[in-house]
Amino acid sequence: MALELSTSAHGIPSIPVALDGRALEPSRRIPLNMDWVEEVRVNTSAVERRAATHCARRTVKKETQAAWLLRAIACMDLTTLSGDDSPERVRRLCAKARNPLQRHLVEGLGIQELNLTVAAVCVYHAYVETAVKALEGSGIPVAAVSAGFPAGLSPLAERVDEIRRSVEAGAAEIDIVITRAHVFRGEWQALYDEIAAFKETCGPIHMKAILGTGDLMTLRNVARASWVAMMAGADFIKTSTGKEAVNATLPVSLTMVRAIREYAKRTGMAVGFKPAGGIRTARQSLDWIALMKDELGRSWLEPSLFRFGASGMLGDIERQLEHHLTGRYSATYRHPIA
Amino acid sequence: MSIAEKFYTMEYGAAPEDPREAVAWLDRHHRRFEEFIGGAWVKPASGEYMTTSDPSSGDPIAEVAKGNADDVEAAVSAARKAFPAWQALGGHQRARYLYALARQVQKHSRRLAVLETIDNGKPIRESRDIDIPLVARHFYHHAGWAQLLEQEFPQYTACGVVGQVIPWNFPLLMFAWKVAPALAAGNTVVIKPAKYTPLTALAFAELAMEVGLPPGVLNVLTCDARTGQALIEHPGIDKIAFTGSTEVGRIIRKATAQSHKKLSLELGGKSPFVVFDDADLDSAVEGVVDAIWFNQGQVCCAGSRLLVQERVAETLYDRLRTRMETLRVGHPLDKSIDIGAIVSPVQLETVRRLVDAGIAEGAQCWQPRNPLPEKGCYFPPTLLTEVHPSAKVAQEEIFGPVLAAMTFRTPAEAAELANNTVYGLAASIFSENINVALDLAAKVKAGVVWVNCANQFDAGAGFGGYRESGYGREGGREGMLEYLTPKWLHSLPAAQSTVGRAETDSDAGTFVPAGSPIDRTVKQYIGGKQARPDSGYSFPVYGPDGQLLGEAPLGNRKDIRNAVEAARAASGWSRTTAHARAQVIYYMAENMIQRRNEIARRLAAAVGEEQAAAETDLSIQRIFSYAAWADKYEGIVHHPPGRNITIALPEPVGVIGILAPAAAPLLGLLSLVLPAIAVGNTVIAVPSDRYPLIAGDLYQVFDTSDLPGGVVNLVAGRPAELGKTLAEHDGVEAIWSFRGNEEAALVRAASIGNMKQVWTNDSHEYDWFDSAHAEGRWFLQHATQIKNIWVPYGE
Repeated sequence: MALELSTSAHGIPSIPVALDGRALEPSRRIPLNMDWVEEVRVNTSAVERRAATHCARRTVKKETQAAWLLRAIACMDLTTLSGDDSPERVRRLCAKARNPLQRHLVEGLGIQELNLTVAAVCVYHAYVETAVKALEGSGIPVAAVSAGFPAGLSPLAERVDEIRRSVEAGAAEIDIVITRAHVFRGEWQALYDEIAAFKETCGPIHMKAILGTGDLMTLRNVARASWVAMMAGADFIKTSTGKEAVNATLPVSLTMVRAIREYAKRTGMAVGFKPAGGIRTARQSLDWIALMKDELGRSWLEPSLFRFGASGMLGDIERQLEHHLTGRYSATYRHPIA
Repeated sequence: MSIAEKFYTMEYGAAPEDPREAVAWLDRHHRRFEEFIGGAWVKPASGEYMTTSDPSSGDPIAEVAKGNADDVEAAVSAARKAFPAWQALGGHQRARYLYALARQVQKHSRRLAVLETIDNGKPIRESRDIDIPLVARHFYHHAGWAQLLEQEFPQYTACGVVGQVIPWNFPLLMFAWKVAPALAAGNTVVIKPAKYTPLTALAFAELAMEVGLPPGVLNVLTCDARTGQALIEHPGIDKIAFTGSTEVGRIIRKATAQSHKKLSLELGGKSPFVVFDDADLDSAVEGVVDAIWFNQGQVCCAGSRLLVQERVAETLYDRLRTRMETLRVGHPLDKSIDIGAIVSPVQLETVRRLVDAGIAEGAQCWQPRNPLPEKGCYFPPTLLTEVHPSAKVAQEEIFGPVLAAMTFRTPAEAAELANNTVYGLAASIFSENINVALDLAAKVKAGVVWVNCANQFDAGAGFGGYRESGYGREGGREGMLEYLTPKWLHSLPAAQSTVGRAETDSDAGTFVPAGSPIDRTVKQYIGGKQARPDSGYSFPVYGPDGQLLGEAPLGNRKDIRNAVEAARAASGWSRTTAHARAQVIYYMAENMIQRRNEIARRLAAAVGEEQAAAETDLSIQRIFSYAAWADKYEGIVHHPPGRNITIALPEPVGVIGILAPAAAPLLGLLSLVLPAIAVGNTVIAVPSDRYPLIAGDLYQVFDTSDLPGGVVNLVAGRPAELGKTLAEHDGVEAIWSFRGNEEAALVRAASIGNMKQVWTNDSHEYDWFDSAHAEGRWFLQHATQIKNIWVPYGE
């Protein structure tokens, strides 16, 4: 199936946003439809089986693998969310974001023209300004985790205020967390109102709704929360904060991705997906890319609709790409740290 | 294409599995294979060879010996020779060999997987992740059964030499399913792999040599179907296990009708895949992928009939079509493909022809747009909608990646459509409501039921069919029993010929000796009512010294027809609770005790006072026994890998025809009728013509015991004639003949039509007075068939 590549004003080919040939619009808020929440059916064992066999059914080798790993970089929110973050570490991260691969790798792979960078840099509010300054002129957006990250348990007004301040500080993307209790209690209207309020505050800025899937525990909860977040106008739905005991898994991702597909079919709107936390290896990135490709199609392999939330994965990808070029297995210390 | 371009297109690239090791192995054998007989490679007696080809390209892979009847002779005699020592080796020593084989399979798993894919055309993903791991698992599991044999099956012994014929769809897996339990039980084996796919069986033979399996224990014959038949017919074979088409199953039944060979047949299917409106539809779609697009649909238990609740039908079809677009059809050695090559051009043509027939009969055909490889045997995944139950594609096994879909409205209609087939191998049920799912699981006539999944297999869970999908189970405890036989059976004396006792009044004359007044009218007992025989004839029954004891109705085919109707109408008995069945049976004993003396007195005229007293008293005991068993012959729960429970449920076979033995007219009849009804079957029993008048006593007991009409029907007459009608009747699921060899052979031959289960005394004279062997599990086993219901769970 050949893709029609059109060229945008900047000379970079862009991919039409479509599902099964139907053009889709960006996400916007729609009224809460309780039927859609209540008719959710997720069979956990079947989802787990599909997730497990999907990986075994798909593998990419050689140049294709290299290209897919580059795709993983292009869709990466390079992240640091530690208690011991410092301005220097954030600046280092931003430098890596601009040049995720060393020059000899870029040249060896023959991808100079791609001007490959990561999709965004993701930090706490406190480092938004530092990151914005460090990324000046690169076009790389800064994403801020917000709204009482990671547990989302501070008062609503404060969470809304936090979003406003991050936007004012220059964040171009906001990753919010939901109040998990709304899901446990089935307070779908409250969940909807909360997410809608966050999105209202974000305005045109891209908002990713973190569901905290490791806290939600069941795939049915994950699916229901996904539907509410999409109806409330989230641009992306995101698995985890990286702080839960269990973070992004393939079964959880499959559940969310299926919700995105069905939502697109019903509304004609495209919502993005961001698995985050626990994705550390190049091999894992390939599993997720294959999942996105098979379940949603080519449009969802663009940073506008797909992000990895990762900090350590880039290093492993660099090693794999070096191996691809040299045929020798690479070591971590050979690649500059982020 | 440059990396930068690939970065934009994001298509899959080629991901070929390296076949070098398998190719080197083929070359080491100079691409020519002999037969494996008596532990050595033996040139075929014919001097001829057949070619096996790679279905992905049509290119020849290797030549294999074309065995003939002489090779069969050599292989069977090698197996016979090896049998005593192999059996005498004991469970533990055999367990060591099976364990070594399991390890050897694991050590060479990739070579076997690649070889399988080259020979069969199945995706390497499947041979690597499913077939070969299951082969190893099967040998591990059965190493365990060998180890535990003496403890767990103390009353049993090996059958002897087993002849096995396996199909091409899962070549090494079917090989393992056959060979592992046979060897564990102490049998020796002659196995014939399919003509299209002999290579992995030969590779396995080499592994057997490497672990030092004693010569003759395992023999691999490569040959065509005709020589395969010589194997089936060989008198040196004690047990036959076959997996393949129902058509060939019939031929085997016919060829073995005159023998006492134990048979297990795993045949075709047209398994339903039922989706309720409360199912997780995305998971149901993946279930369909596993059900019909696994192994190119060349799976006997493929979920090839999609039954979907009307309300969600269009949504499901829509999602299916979307999913089908992402199925990748391609070279089987590519690690990123979902559907490989069809095994042969002949099979490809069959699939094409059936799909065309489906379209001609009005089905809507949908196939994804993805192109197929230009060379080789490929067929696209196909969805046929608007299929009616009467259409060929809804009834016939296609054995290809073709799904026939139709809708239903109510659970009752789902069950009706699911069971509207001559087959009964497997079923899948998708629903998020456990009540809905398990209700249909209970109703569907299939040996394996998968709830919210499809095509799950494990060595520890029995696999096998109902109806024309065959009988016998493979895997688990139930599978081991197929390769074992009770020790005591062999010490029984030979059965006596019993043909020709029932004479009609027309040919025996109507002379009634003086002093024997006919004081009682015995009729047929059909549907809980006494009925005059349709023929309008009766026949005289004489005692041992020639005195007339009375006259019995002479049944004919119409009486049998009526009795079968009544038995089928009484099928509610199978749904009666076990406790309620037990109560009815206890009540029978109570009423028998009331009549004990008069029954014994009348019976004494036929069998003498001593036997009559023993028969009557033991009958009362036996009734108690089966009342006790009614709520105690229970299933087991298997623990296959993964988070699920698999419930092995013994279910009644259905309607059973019984030809009662002559030796003990009362006790023998009850010894067969009771186990059948205790577990919920309904019965048409033909009392022995030695003393058919016993029916008159029995139905009075039944009538007073609240036994629902139709559960037991008694039709007296000529057993051979009535047995033939019963055997031929498609509404009868099983027939038990406990008379002479003549009747046994007759019912075996006559029961091939609907492949009904046949159980005979195998030329032994059972001792009905020996309660250790004349009642219990051996009988209940034959009265039931095991349904394995897989229930994955987890939230």
